[in-house]
Amino acid sequence: MRRIVLIAGLAFLYLPPAVVALYSFNASRLVTVWTGVSTQWYGELLNDPQIMRAAGLSLAIATAAATLATILGTAAGLALARFGRFRGRAALTGLIAAPLVMPEIITGLSLLLLFVAMQQLLGFPGRGIGTIVIAHATLGLAYVTVVVQARAAAQDRAIEEAAADLGAPPARVFWAVTLPMLRPAVVAGWLLAFVLSFDDLVVASFVAGPQSTTLPMVVFSAIRLGVSPKINALATLLMLATAVVIGIAVLLARRTAPGNSAGPTAAIR
Amino acid sequence: MSWRRRLTLALPYLWLAIFFVLPFALVAKISVAQVQVSVPPYTPLFDTQGHLQIDWANYKLLFSDTIYVKAYLGSLRIAALSTVIALLIGYPLAYAVARSPARWRSILLLLLVAPFFTSFLVRIYAWIGLLRPTGIINAAFLSLGLIDEPLKLINTEAAAIFGIVYAYLPFMVLPLYARLDKLDVTLLEAAADLGATPWRAFWSITVPWSLPGIAAGCLLVFIPALGEFVIPELLGGPDTLMIGKIMWAEFFSNRDWPLSAAATVLLLGLLVVPIMALQTIAARAEGRAEARA
Repeated sequence: MRRIVLIAGLAFLYLPPAVVALYSFNASRLVTVWTGVSTQWYGELLNDPQIMRAAGLSLAIATAAATLATILGTAAGLALARFGRFRGRAALTGLIAAPLVMPEIITGLSLLLLFVAMQQLLGFPGRGIGTIVIAHATLGLAYVTVVVQARAAAQDRAIEEAAADLGAPPARVFWAVTLPMLRPAVVAGWLLAFVLSFDDLVVASFVAGPQSTTLPMVVFSAIRLGVSPKINALATLLMLATAVVIGIAVLLARRTAPGNSAGPTAAIR
Repeated sequence: MSWRRRLTLALPYLWLAIFFVLPFALVAKISVAQVQVSVPPYTPLFDTQGHLQIDWANYKLLFSDTIYVKAYLGSLRIAALSTVIALLIGYPLAYAVARSPARWRSILLLLLVAPFFTSFLVRIYAWIGLLRPTGIINAAFLSLGLIDEPLKLINTEAAAIFGIVYAYLPFMVLPLYARLDKLDVTLLEAAADLGATPWRAFWSITVPWSLPGIAAGCLLVFIPALGEFVIPELLGGPDTLMIGKIMWAEFFSNRDWPLSAAATVLLLGLLVVPIMALQTIAARAEGRAEARA
């Protein structure tokens, strides 16, 4: 009974994407008729300048947003794990978790209104890559915080104390001891924030400028026109790429929190 | 508190204050403006004489025009139904993982949760390929002779609900598992020794124990589902009215920023209680974890 439930549940989750992956190798242009194995759609994909440009842009945005999110999230995670009970702790926890559950359409619209108001008052930031990076960093911050907090709370502090006793100034202790010990969690958080940014359609659509069309936006407008073998190929590559990144993040996060079974899954708890 | 600590705290705090809290104040401000042809496309809060200009017309419209009222009610209905179905599917799954041998648990949980992180659009796209009139499901049924003409599976409210359940199932499974995993099995053994049937023991021990997980899981599905745009847009068809779709259309097609801002304020109003409830549950869970440590 237990096995039937699990097999049915996993089939429900994984069969639809598996069908997409299968049909991406279909020679026929008709999406439901199987005529033979072919990789021509992948070739067409690589020769599509619009898709390749959007992919490059999305990679650049995700890299920048994940880096920013990691800096902010590591600070927040350390604060929550190490500073004990400080005033405003509950508020910070709530603030960090809220963007995770907030419907994206609300976050997107409200951030856009902020950017427009800032543009009016200060003259920056103009809508485009920069605004998407800021928006995605705000979303990714939560993931990094949770993963880093879990690691920092579990960490043995004796080595840091020893370093301090031997006369290392706090900055030196941080760079030479604390950060290297946190590294797997920091990298795992970075990867999660990267995937989150790379995958986001709604928030980016609001805060993007006319020149900054990201990959999910291209995919979305293509999907609206219908199913095509080329989109099947793109979808397959996207799933493969995110699966690899998440796999690495999980392995790192496992090393991060011994006994804590579910690595990055902690991020959405 | 040292200046280093203050700085470490100030960084994320200020960032979230500027980029997450402040925007909501602006949404509220612009929701009482009117649309006008200018950059930005709405009237300022103070006119040239410095008089405050507050116009409730957007809210009046949202409360009086049936399409908006229907969209809010539609969102509530679809989000509620999706939540219940996700619970009915997610509970047995979480339970099955929690009862699996220890070495299998983390990998099974990971397999159930991993789809959340893999391309959201692609997963919805996969269902378009399955559900559309010339899709795999209809093709299979037709060739088996079960139906004579394709069923209308896509562009229905049911398809939108189905898509939401599919997309947010990991959100349901995770908190349920976290709770069920900590269930003290000796309680069930004691119940059996005292003559309770497994069914009775399940309802009087397992279910009450898992209530915090049920509440957290339901809220984690309900809250994002209420504002969902992509799924009703791609799977729901034109008759599926949800507030996310209306906001998107008012913003991108009609360029009516003030009206979408007012719609956002009302949506946030609906979300205040669920979000507060979720934070309370999370704070309690953290409290329990600290008490154990």
